[in-house]
Amino acid sequence: MKDIEVIDHKDTRSGFGAGLEELGKTNPNVVALCADLTGSLKMNAFKDQNPERFFQAGIAEANMIGMAAGLTIGGKIPFTGTFANFSTGRVYDQIRQSVAYSNKNVKICASHAGLTLGEDGATHQILEDIGLMKMLPNMTVISPCDYNETKAATIAIAEHNGPVYLRFGRPKVPNFTDPNKKFVIGKADIINEGKDVTIIATGHLVWKAIEAGKALLEKGINPEIINVHTIKPFDEETVLNSINKTKCVVTAEEHMMNGGLGDTVSQLLARKLPSPLEMVAVNDTFGESGKGEELLTKYGINTKDVIAAAERAIQRK
Amino acid sequence: MEVAELQGISSQIRRDIVRMVADVQSGHPGGSLGCADFFTVLYFETMKLDPKNFQMDGADEDLFFLSNGHISPVIYSTLAHRGFFDKSELATFRLIDSRLQGHPSPAKNLPGVRIATGSLGQGLSVAIGAAQAKKLNGDQNIVYTLHGDGELQEGQIWEAAMYAAGNKVDNLIATVDYNHKQIDGDIDEVLPMGDLAQKWQAFGWEVLEMDGHNHQEIIDTLAKAKAMCGNGKPIVIIMTTIMGNGVDFMMHTHKWHGSAPSQEQKEIALAQLPETLGDY
Repeated sequence: MKDIEVIDHKDTRSGFGAGLEELGKTNPNVVALCADLTGSLKMNAFKDQNPERFFQAGIAEANMIGMAAGLTIGGKIPFTGTFANFSTGRVYDQIRQSVAYSNKNVKICASHAGLTLGEDGATHQILEDIGLMKMLPNMTVISPCDYNETKAATIAIAEHNGPVYLRFGRPKVPNFTDPNKKFVIGKADIINEGKDVTIIATGHLVWKAIEAGKALLEKGINPEIINVHTIKPFDEETVLNSINKTKCVVTAEEHMMNGGLGDTVSQLLARKLPSPLEMVAVNDTFGESGKGEELLTKYGINTKDVIAAAERAIQRK
Repeated sequence: MEVAELQGISSQIRRDIVRMVADVQSGHPGGSLGCADFFTVLYFETMKLDPKNFQMDGADEDLFFLSNGHISPVIYSTLAHRGFFDKSELATFRLIDSRLQGHPSPAKNLPGVRIATGSLGQGLSVAIGAAQAKKLNGDQNIVYTLHGDGELQEGQIWEAAMYAAGNKVDNLIATVDYNHKQIDGDIDEVLPMGDLAQKWQAFGWEVLEMDGHNHQEIIDTLAKAKAMCGNGKPIVIIMTTIMGNGVDFMMHTHKWHGSAPSQEQKEIALAQLPETLGDY
């Protein structure tokens, strides 16, 4: 397993803010809307540099999504920003009708996704958002793993014509992807080539998968680790090629088991390549208050859970 | 255009509504009939449009968003007679493979439709976004909307109302179809809304009122509203109408909100509505 260098520790939401700031300079059609969480979403730089292209919606997310759909009609590329819970569940019908069915070029950018939001607790810790968004026709769903990748994804989705859900998070986490790497929507990245088990991860769990991979290597197990930053459209080819080689698979995500990455992979395998599958995901329960790392451990989606899942998957071959 | 000519167009639109809904035995005739006069004036007199060259961005044109999408028959007939598409297509209303979906949608690329509506309460927000884009683009034209009165029970309408006034979206003219009826009955029985004009005023809007069946009054009120644009406030017109207007047995009841007339009832209705532009 090649050595993966941690450049620094940063929050993925700051990657979004940096990407949006760059778009403000390079693409005059990009506009931004925020529902009273400008600081939390790291949208201040864009707001300060482009006040005429920034729309403060207030605590009125439904109106924000509708306005974003309307702005596309005049040729704008709107990026909406609020927490993942308020970006999806709260405004599902607005997204469904005004954005997805109407096929409008809106970028729904969602921070504080998953358990690692931490102390605010279950009201804010949405674990269903990937499922909600991937079910919508026309919607692209992206879940980058670190600061650099989130920044690159933010810039890339401006060039994609159509609705996009971009999911990122609150805590500072290892930043390790190449800052110069171009983000290709729908193309999974093989982080480590292995042969014994395929570990497919998304978002914050990609780093956990890398940590698990190091531990597995010490046990003599050589895992193939794949970063699936695009849940939809899903890179079936890369995943199937890997599982054809390793013959078993683990999925890892900071999301509900129902509707998440593991759900997508299980459907794929059932149709095309039945194989032992272990899912590291939250199992049909709400979260609670606590520190992010504590919650990942309590709800069974931390590094040790990935390691155990890989061992179970291999035993089932 | 002379008022008599506009009245003739409204009669044809009403004929189309009755025939479309009766022939497919589904759809919403009541509100459609009630808004036929408004649509006639808006599309044949008020709005700056380019029907033969429909572009999604509507640059250098006025835009219209039908927020209460269930009254699709009235907008389909209006668009057809205004030249957005051939009136023969009205015969496909609600049929499989048609561009004329039960509720309007751009998914099938129907000229004249820019957003999907049907789930209520969303059109005002979309219109505000489109109006803001016009301002960013230096486009001086106006964005119009129509809403049902029952639709104002949706909370998103008031989010949008607060936003538009607070942000001086003054290139926007909303109209409320105030027919006092919704599916379950009279709005005062289903969910009383109190004084609508006062509510909009309290939210910071300029409020006008008009009789939605008097073509001259509609022309004058829309012109007055347009003249009020650019003064820092959005404008709403509370338009009094009669659900089912033009067909005697459909008037003054919520019964025809979403029910289709039988073939026999259709003939009775058509006898009350002179054919002026030619049936589809």
